[in-house]
Amino acid sequence: MNPTVISVENVSKRFRINSNKSLKEMVVNRRTTRSNTTDFWALRDVSFDVTAGTTLGLIGHNGSGKSTLLKVVGGILTPTEGSVRRRGRMAALLELGAGFHGDLTGRENVYLNAAILGLSRQQTDRYFDDIVAFSGIEKFIDTQVKFYSSGMYVRLAFSVAIHVDPEILLIDEVLAVGDEAFQRKCLDKIKTFQREGRTIVFVTHGLDLVRELCDRVVLLDHGRTVVDGDPVEAVRIIRDTWQEQAVTEAAARDIPDAEEGNGAMSIGDVRLLDTSGAPISRLTPGQPCVFEFDVASASRTDDWVSGIAIENHLDQLCYGVNSSMLGRHLEPVTGHRTVRFRIPELTLGEGHYHLTVAVHSREGIEYARKNRVANFKVYSDRQQVGPVYLEPEVEVR
Amino acid sequence: MPSTTATPLPAGTSPEKPRNRESTATTLEHRGHTDVDVAQLPMTVVHARRPFLGGFSSDVRDIWSYRGLLAQLVRKELKVKYKDSVLGFFWTLVRPMIQLVIYYVAFTLFLGNTQPAYAIFIFSGLVVWGLFTDIVGGSTGSIVGNGGLLKKTYFPREIFPLSVVGASIVNFLFQLVVLLLALGLAAVTGHRVTPTWDLALVPLALVVCIVWATALGLFLAAATVYLRDLQHLIEVILLALFWLVPIVYAITLPLNAFAANGHQALLTAYLANPMLNVIAAFQRAFYTMGPEYMFQADLWPRLGVLLLVGAGLLWLAQRYFARVQGDFAQEL
Repeated sequence: MNPTVISVENVSKRFRINSNKSLKEMVVNRRTTRSNTTDFWALRDVSFDVTAGTTLGLIGHNGSGKSTLLKVVGGILTPTEGSVRRRGRMAALLELGAGFHGDLTGRENVYLNAAILGLSRQQTDRYFDDIVAFSGIEKFIDTQVKFYSSGMYVRLAFSVAIHVDPEILLIDEVLAVGDEAFQRKCLDKIKTFQREGRTIVFVTHGLDLVRELCDRVVLLDHGRTVVDGDPVEAVRIIRDTWQEQAVTEAAARDIPDAEEGNGAMSIGDVRLLDTSGAPISRLTPGQPCVFEFDVASASRTDDWVSGIAIENHLDQLCYGVNSSMLGRHLEPVTGHRTVRFRIPELTLGEGHYHLTVAVHSREGIEYARKNRVANFKVYSDRQQVGPVYLEPEVEVR
Repeated sequence: MPSTTATPLPAGTSPEKPRNRESTATTLEHRGHTDVDVAQLPMTVVHARRPFLGGFSSDVRDIWSYRGLLAQLVRKELKVKYKDSVLGFFWTLVRPMIQLVIYYVAFTLFLGNTQPAYAIFIFSGLVVWGLFTDIVGGSTGSIVGNGGLLKKTYFPREIFPLSVVGASIVNFLFQLVVLLLALGLAAVTGHRVTPTWDLALVPLALVVCIVWATALGLFLAAATVYLRDLQHLIEVILLALFWLVPIVYAITLPLNAFAANGHQALLTAYLANPMLNVIAAFQRAFYTMGPEYMFQADLWPRLGVLLLVGAGLLWLAQRYFARVQGDFAQEL
C-alpha cells in the first residue's frame, strides 16, 4: 500500500468580493461597503487523499474551482475551512516562468526559479547542464529572457520545474504552450515521472489528455466534488454536461431547428433507431443502427440527392455520405418520403456526435438542411483515442 | 505440479499504460529519486494555523530555510537596478559621491555655511536615513509589486520585504565606503578627524535602524495589500519625517529653541524619534570636526531601549503579517 502524500480534508474556500480598495473608495462608499461585500464559495467541503504514485486529474468547467483547489494544495491560498497536509518536496507549475524576470539572463533566471522551487545553489549547479540541455536553448542561455520568444520562455521554465526532483508535481494547464515537439517531450517527461512513482496533480480542459494520463479524476462543479474516481466515467459525465449546456444555449439563441436551404424541399423528423426500430441515443461501437428522416416536396422534384454527415463535439467532420456517392439515383419525388441510412456497424470511438442531414440537387443546390439535429453518444469499453473505432491486435515479432 | 503459465488478463481490464511501473528501466532517468522513501518523509500541514503569540519562532525557521532564495532575490534586486547600464554597479558609488559634492558646493560655497566640513556632517546622517527610507519605502510596495510571483508560487511571503532589506543594506555599505573615503579626504585637507569611542555606537545604531525599518516595512507591506493608498501616503510621510530628524540642520538648533520656549512635552516627543537617535549616533561617530553641534545625551541607554521597543514592534509586525498573508494571493 502506497503512503498518502496529499490529504485534503473538508476544504472550503471563500472569496470576498469587495471592490473598495482605496481610501477614497472606502470613504465614499462607507455606507454601502458592508452590504456590497458578497461571499463567493469557490470550494465547498472538498476532501480526498492522494497516494504516492497517483496521477490525479482535476477537471470541471470554467469557474468550477479546480485551479483554486490546486492553489490551496500548493499552499498559495489558505483554505477558509479545513486543512491540507502534504509530504515531500513539491513543485508547482501554475504558470510557466512565473518567477522569471525579464531583465535577467536565462542563466540567472534558472538559478532564481530553482531557488523559488526550493533548490539550493549547489543543487542547481549540479542540474544546470541537464536543465539547459532539456530546454534546448543553449545558445541563448546568457541572453536576457525579455528577448526570448514565448516558446523559449516556456521551454526553460518547464525544464527548471521538472529538474527540481519533486515528490509532488502540480501542473495547471501549462502544457498547451510550446510547439508540438516540445509538448511531446513534456508528456514523455511526465510519463517518466509516473514510472518513477511520483505524484502528479494536474488541472486541464484537455479531456483526452486526462484519459491518457490520469488514473484518477476529481470532477468539480461549483466548488463541490461531483465525481471522484475512474477517469473514463468522469470524462463521460463532464462531456454530457457540456453537451446539455450547448443544447440549452442553442435553444436560448432560438435557432429555428437550424434549418437552411432554398425551401424547394423540406426535412421533417430526424431519428436515430436501433435495428428493431426503437429510437436510441446511446450506442456502443460496432452496433448496427439506422439514421432515418422524413422529407417532403410540395411540387415534383426530379433531381435530388439525400445525404448525412456525422460531426463530433469539436465540429470535426467524422463521416459524410449521400445517395449519389452510394451510387443510388433517386426517383422523382412529390409529397412525403422517408429516407433511411442503414449502418451495419457504427465504427465510431467514444464521444459525442451530431447528425446533419440535407437534400440537394446533383449540382449541389441545397433544398433543405438540418444542422446537428440528432445528437448521440458512443460509449466504449476499450481504451483508445480519436473518432474512428478499430479493433486492432498487437503483435511483436 | 504448479502451473507456470500466467493467467491472461480478463477482457476489459485496463490496457498497459506507462504509469504501471515497468520493470524495463532503460528509459528511467534516475537521479537517486527512488532512494527517497516517501513514507519516511513527514506529513506536514500546509499553512498550519500558528498561534498569534507563539508562532514567531516557527515562522522564522521557515524563513531561514529559504535563505538561499533570499540571497537570490537580493542579488536580483541589485542586478536589475542597474541593468544594461555601462557603469553598472559602479553607479551605487557614483550617486553618493555626487551628492557629497553637491552638498559641499551648495551649503559651504554658495550659502556660506560656517560649520566645518558641513558636507560630511550632512552625509553621515544621510547614509543611515537613506537606509531607513530604502527599507520602508521599498518594502511597502514589495508585496503588491510581486503579485505575479506571489499568485503562482509559494514560499514565506516575508521573503519579499526581507529581500528589500537585504538589497538596501548592500547599498548602504557602499555609501558607507564613500563616507569613509570622504573622511580620508577631509583628514588630508586639514580637518580634525579623530576616531572616538562613539564609533562603537555605529553597530548598535545600525541594528536599531534595521529593526525599526523592518518592523515598519513588514507591517506596511501587508497593509498596502488591503489599502493601496499607503504606498503614496508613505512617500509623503517620509518626506516630512526627513525634516523631523537633524540631517541638514544641527540638533542644537531645535534643542535651544525648545529650551527657550519651554515646550518640555514636545521636546520629549521630538527626542523619542528612533531615527533621531540613530542619526545622532552616526554623526557623533563620523563627524568629529564640530563636537559643539552634536547631541550630547548618553546614547547607549537610549539606543538600548529603542532596540527593545523595536524588537517588540518587529515581533508584532511579523505576527500581523503572518495573520493576513494567507489571503495575499486572492487580494492582488
